[in-house]
This record gives sequence, structure tokens and C-alpha cells, in this order.
Amino acid sequence: MSEPLFEFLCRMGDNTLVLGHRVSEWCGVAPVLEEDIALANTALDLIGQTTLWLNLAGAVEGKGRDADALAFRRDVWEFRNVLLVEQLNGDFGQTMMRQFLFDLWHKGMLIALQGSSHDQIAAIAEKSLKEVTYHLERTTDTVIGLGDGTDESHNRMQKALDRLYPFVGEMFVSDDVDAAMVAESIAPDPADLRPVFDARLDEVLSDATLVRPTSDFAHKGGKSGQRHSEHLGHMLSQMQWLQRAYPDATW
Amino acid sequence: MYAQMIKSTGKGVKSLDEMDPEERAFQERINAGGKIEPKDWMPDGYRKTLIRQIGQHAHSEIVGQLPEGNWITRAPTLERKAILLAKVQDEAGHGLYLYCAAETLGVSRDQLTRDLLSGKMKYSSIFNYPTLTWADMGAVGWLVDGAAIMNQVPLQRTSYGPYARAMVRICKEESFHQRQGFDIMMKMANGTEAQRRMAQDALNRFWYPSLMMFGPSDKESVHSAQSMAWKIKMNTNDELRQKFVDQTAPQAAYLGLTIPDEHLEWNEERGSYDFSEPDWDEFFDVLQGNGPCSVDRMEARNKAWDDGRWVREGLLAHAEKKRARKMAAE
Repeated sequence: MSEPLFEFLCRMGDNTLVLGHRVSEWCGVAPVLEEDIALANTALDLIGQTTLWLNLAGAVEGKGRDADALAFRRDVWEFRNVLLVEQLNGDFGQTMMRQFLFDLWHKGMLIALQGSSHDQIAAIAEKSLKEVTYHLERTTDTVIGLGDGTDESHNRMQKALDRLYPFVGEMFVSDDVDAAMVAESIAPDPADLRPVFDARLDEVLSDATLVRPTSDFAHKGGKSGQRHSEHLGHMLSQMQWLQRAYPDATW
Repeated sequence: MYAQMIKSTGKGVKSLDEMDPEERAFQERINAGGKIEPKDWMPDGYRKTLIRQIGQHAHSEIVGQLPEGNWITRAPTLERKAILLAKVQDEAGHGLYLYCAAETLGVSRDQLTRDLLSGKMKYSSIFNYPTLTWADMGAVGWLVDGAAIMNQVPLQRTSYGPYARAMVRICKEESFHQRQGFDIMMKMANGTEAQRRMAQDALNRFWYPSLMMFGPSDKESVHSAQSMAWKIKMNTNDELRQKFVDQTAPQAAYLGLTIPDEHLEWNEERGSYDFSEPDWDEFFDVLQGNGPCSVDRMEARNKAWDDGRWVREGLLAHAEKKRARKMAAE
């Protein structure tokens, strides 16, 4: 059982690690000071969650790796985050749309994980849910505000949605790891999270005067680790550089 | 010190007898340790000088995000990344309090931002220096925040109420930042040979720019004399610089690092360290916009502001629409 559980925990931790890193790239250059603070706050929450998930993953694996070893010493093919979170920041609208789509999935996932048969997972989910509920409130408001703002902000948000929507489907794909999690009542079947996601997405997009793309085509390969985008390698080369260049050092 | 070379009226300090009754009451209140609040009468020069000082301090917090933000995506552990993110977030928060404090004097944040972006208003010279290795995150916390605290702790007692109160909160966070910086330096100084070299290199590069943060000697400055009479400046630049050197020299020794000043020596008679002045020509070059990163920093701030325009306009337009819809429904 430890292998699928390790995979599952890496998926949770890599999602928050990669997205937290992306959001942290905004440091100091947000459109307005309040957004600088809010983006840093989101990144901080996600990095904190990463530490919890990946430390647990390391413990489950039992090979002496902790969260830092997993975050800083694995290569692209060992990462298990969905493709959505490794997409480039783009403009502020694209960053917010990516965050909103992820938050909406994330919240549903964490609600389900609070009832996990695995006590530590349930505890991490409970802590994370408080933070993610706030993230979702904020990104929902921002997507609506910018969608229903000026012509320019509307067009940019529609473009962001069109650009990112093909990465939504992967969050709800079920595979053998998920089946193993369901069998042990550790985690939900991601496919079961989709109806709630869709209903809320439609409400928000309607308030934002945005149109949901008609094609449900979904890129895949992130959470299975089979085929990440080219972007992830560049992110890791920056994120992991110090640890790789000075492997004997402690920081 | 995040405010440097702040000009006051430049006319010299008036005696109480030279003041009209309003100004005299104002000055007597300050002399007695009282606070001036936003709605109180204040001389024009006091208001203008404070706007310049608080504005420059706020801008320093905002531009100061950049040299440290430079390492967030390369922080070597998750904990270090989180600490650095929290620190940079604190700085944005400090900027926010300070802009709010300046707003109580009748200047908007937008106006101050425009003055920063046009180059009319300055920010601290220190943020025009590059952060080149991870040890610089330690050096910035230890030296730059250390120097800032020297100035900001006394400013908790400054005469202008909103500024003093903002400073109380800022000081708590800054002293935490300084400890974090020192903690990084300890790790580096006690680490591998490469880490030790990085730590020494960071100290070499940041030592004199940190001394410059206090500004040139202002013993003779009429601006400083006026600001001190108003209690918006509590100590001379030289006093603060000396205090900083006295505090920092033993810390460097503890780290096993060498301060790059061959004249640094304990002076038994004075009970203080003797030390070399920084290169003030370099300081004035930096203030003129010729710091190693001056152009990059201003470009980054201008780009952020320009790129964000559609966001600010979009959110404002939405707020307007929402208000109009609410009014139509009532």
C-alpha cells in the first residue's frame, strides 16, 4: 500500500509546491500593494502545506527523505503535480484564473480528505482547508471583478480561461493510484469531485460574464508524471539550483 | 535607515519667542513629549517634511521587496523560502502602514506612487545594490535591517502619532527579520568552505553601503536641526552610525568574519569603535540614480505599475457597476 500512498501524497505536495513557487514569482511586482501581500500570503500557505504533505510522503516512503529532499532533489519525471499548476504566470489575470481553477478543485478535494481513514491526511486537510477556503473566496472575487470589469479586463480573463481550461480535466482523471486510495478510504475518487466543481464554476463564470469553453479536451501527464510541460524543468533548475550546486551544504 | 537626506524648511530652528502663539503651542507640546495627531494644527514645514520622510520610508519598503524577492525562487529549503516570503510580505505591509500614515497628512498613496515612479521621490540608497548569493539574504537581514532598526526604534517616540504607532509595529517585525538574517549568516559562516566564502563576500559588499544608510554627517545640517526640534528625527546620523558599528563589530567577530575596514578598532577612551567612513562619492552617485541596480529597480517598479493598470481599472469598474446595480435595486 505504501507505494500508491506515497504517489498520492506527492501529488498533493507537488501541486502546492509548484503552484506556491509560481505564485511567489510575483513577489514585489503585483498590480497593487494589497495584491503583493495577498499573493505572498497564498504562496506562504501553499509552501506550508507542501512541507506537511511531502514530510508525510517521505515518512510513508521510509527511505529517509524529508520534504526538502523531495522538493529539491527530484527531477521532472518524478514530479506528480497536475499540469495546470506548472503553467506560466502570464499576466495577473492568467495567474488569478489558474489559482481560481485550482482552488475550486483543491477545496473540494480537501473537504473530502477531512474524512480520510488516514488520520494524518485528515489533519493536514483540515488545516489546509481553512487556508484554501480563503484563497477561493479571494480568487472568486477577483475572477468576477475582472471578468465583469472593463472591456480589456473582460477580454484578458476570457483569454486566460480559454488558455487554461484544457488543463482542468486532468484534476478529475482517476487512475490506479486513486483507485487504491478509494479502496482504503484514504482519498476520494477525483471524478466524483467534478459535479460540484462544474456547478460552482458555472455560477462564477456567469457572474464574471465569461463563457466556458465548449471543448472538454484535457491535457494529461502531470499527475502521472508521464509527460510534464517544458516549463517545469526551468522552474526546477531555478528552485533546486543551490541544493544541487552545493550538495554538501546545510542551509 | 530608510529615509536619507530629508530636507526640512532649511531656515534654521526658531526659538519659542520667535513663534506665533499657534506654533509656540505646537512646539511646546512636542517639547513636553506630546503627540501631534492628523487634525491638529501643524506648521506647513512640519507637514511637508514628514510627507517626504514617511513617503521615502514607504518607498524604501516597496523597492526593498525587490533585492530579497530576487532569491525567493532560489531559496535553498522550504523553511527558508517561507521565512523569506513572510519577510518580503511584511515589507509590503510596512509600506502599506506608512502610506496610510502619510495619507493622514493629506497626500494620497497614488500621488506618492507617481512621485516614486517619476523619480521625484527617492528610496533608500541600499536597495540599489544587487543580491548575488544566498549569503546576501543573511547580510541584508543582519546589516540592512540592523541599520534600519537603529533609526526606527527611536522613531517609535517620534512626535507625529500615526508615524510613531506605525513604527511600533514595524520595529517588532524588523527585529525578527534581523534575527533571521543573523541566523542565515551563522549557518553560512559555520558551513562549508564555499558557504563561508559567500558569507565573507556578502559582508564585504554590504558593509559600506550599510554605513551609508545613515546618510552623511549631519552635525552642521539645518534640516536635521529642525527635524530634531520637531522630534521627527531623534538622533544625528553619526550617533546612529556609531551605535550600529558598536553593535555589529562584535557580531562579525562572533561569526568569524572580517569587517572590510583595516582601521576598525576598539577605542578604549571613547568606549566605541573607530572606523572608516564609507565612500561618500559613491553614495551621492547612487542617489543620483547611478547605483548598480538603480535603473533595474525603477524599471521593475514602473513595469509592475504599468502592467497592473488594467487590473486596477477593471476592479474599479466592477465596483462601480456593483454600486450602480445596488442603487438601481433599492
